[in-house]
Amino acid sequence: MSDSVYRDIAYNGAWKQNPGVVQLIGLCPILAISTNLVNAVSLGLATILVMAVANLAVAALRNLIPYEIRIPIFILIIAALVTVVDLAFNAWLHSLYLVLGIFVPLIVTNCIVLARVEAFAAKNPVWESTFDGVMMGVGLVIVLALLGALREFIGAGTLLSGIELIVDGAQPVQILPADYPGFLIAILPPGAFFLLGCLIAGKNWLDARAAARARPVRPPAQSVPT
Amino acid sequence: MSEPGPLGLSLRAGLVLFAFALAFTTLMALTYNATKDTIAASTEEEKMKLVNEVLPPGDYDNALLADYVEAPPAPLLGVDRPARIFRARKSGAPAALVLEAVAPDGYSGAIALLVAVRANGEIAGVRVTSHRETPGLGDYVDIRKDRNKSRPWITRFNGLSFGSLAEARWRVKKDGGEIDFVSGATISARAVTHAVARALKYALENRDKLFSAPSQSRL
Repeated sequence: MSDSVYRDIAYNGAWKQNPGVVQLIGLCPILAISTNLVNAVSLGLATILVMAVANLAVAALRNLIPYEIRIPIFILIIAALVTVVDLAFNAWLHSLYLVLGIFVPLIVTNCIVLARVEAFAAKNPVWESTFDGVMMGVGLVIVLALLGALREFIGAGTLLSGIELIVDGAQPVQILPADYPGFLIAILPPGAFFLLGCLIAGKNWLDARAAARARPVRPPAQSVPT
Repeated sequence: MSEPGPLGLSLRAGLVLFAFALAFTTLMALTYNATKDTIAASTEEEKMKLVNEVLPPGDYDNALLADYVEAPPAPLLGVDRPARIFRARKSGAPAALVLEAVAPDGYSGAIALLVAVRANGEIAGVRVTSHRETPGLGDYVDIRKDRNKSRPWITRFNGLSFGSLAEARWRVKKDGGEIDFVSGATISARAVTHAVARALKYALENRDKLFSAPSQSRL
């Protein structure tokens, strides 16, 4: 398979079809967990893992799954794999589990996993599907990191709070003065909607600007085909 | 193969679904079996780490996690199922009780606590083990989220007893008690304060019974 296929998958996941700001699926965990940067990125990393595994399994089994009952089978596969990932994490990567562990079962409720399995992995070969899962996860991480950082900065005036639970000796960064009273709405659910709206608007603005630049200056009729 | 009728189709679908369910249930069962000992060991380690936070390891010399009694559900502890109460002993003499308590009236649901009560009726330490208080507001009851690192709020209870602070004064200052709180987040502090006082009361009332019961028995 050529490189351009992978490039398209990467571009789709991280930007064009970004699950966080374009497809707008999987909002439940996004809005619930993005109260600070560390939590947001942790959830994103766990999502990458689950999506890669789910896409891999479904793509590998896609020829065995009858079309009529594919959805229950997908759900069965995703739920089983999340359980397996959760148990394996707990047993063999316990220090990481203490940080990401609570997010892994949450991911089963994230419809982005089912959406990618249905839209991509059910029709595509194994490695492309795995890569699609990873890149959709990366797109989600980008949105989650931005949203988490913004909410934490506006809401509490800090960044990276909770990092000391992951990296020994690391300290959160206090950006605004320590007596900053906090702006609670950024941390509460409505703040997540407001800021996600701003991110979507920002992405659309960038896209519109790029489209305006790409438009030929002279009328198309006069342009010379290259 | 000839074209199957509707009955054949649904029969086939059912069989495929059954096969997938069987295969993935087997996968889960195998993973569960392969991981359960490791998980149990790390859960135990976690518990020990938490117990060490409320009770200094030097204050007892028995195998604390193995020396417990199953206490029946008690309204004072806020739990509705039998709870394990761990007993710390130093050279055989009672040193402290470690009990789990629940504050049902947190701002967003129950706050689970681990409370260590010394045999002399003093609180050795309290930790919040799980909660859903508002991030950045009520979550200072959890020591890891408390922004006051030099003197976290929850350590306020260390060394307190009904002797040094009359039972009626175990309230946040807003309610006329002695316990500080962060303004704007009274409910979390109030819930924890009341739950700690109730747990202490329970420990005092049942102290002798709890210490003399045989290990791993039901009270």
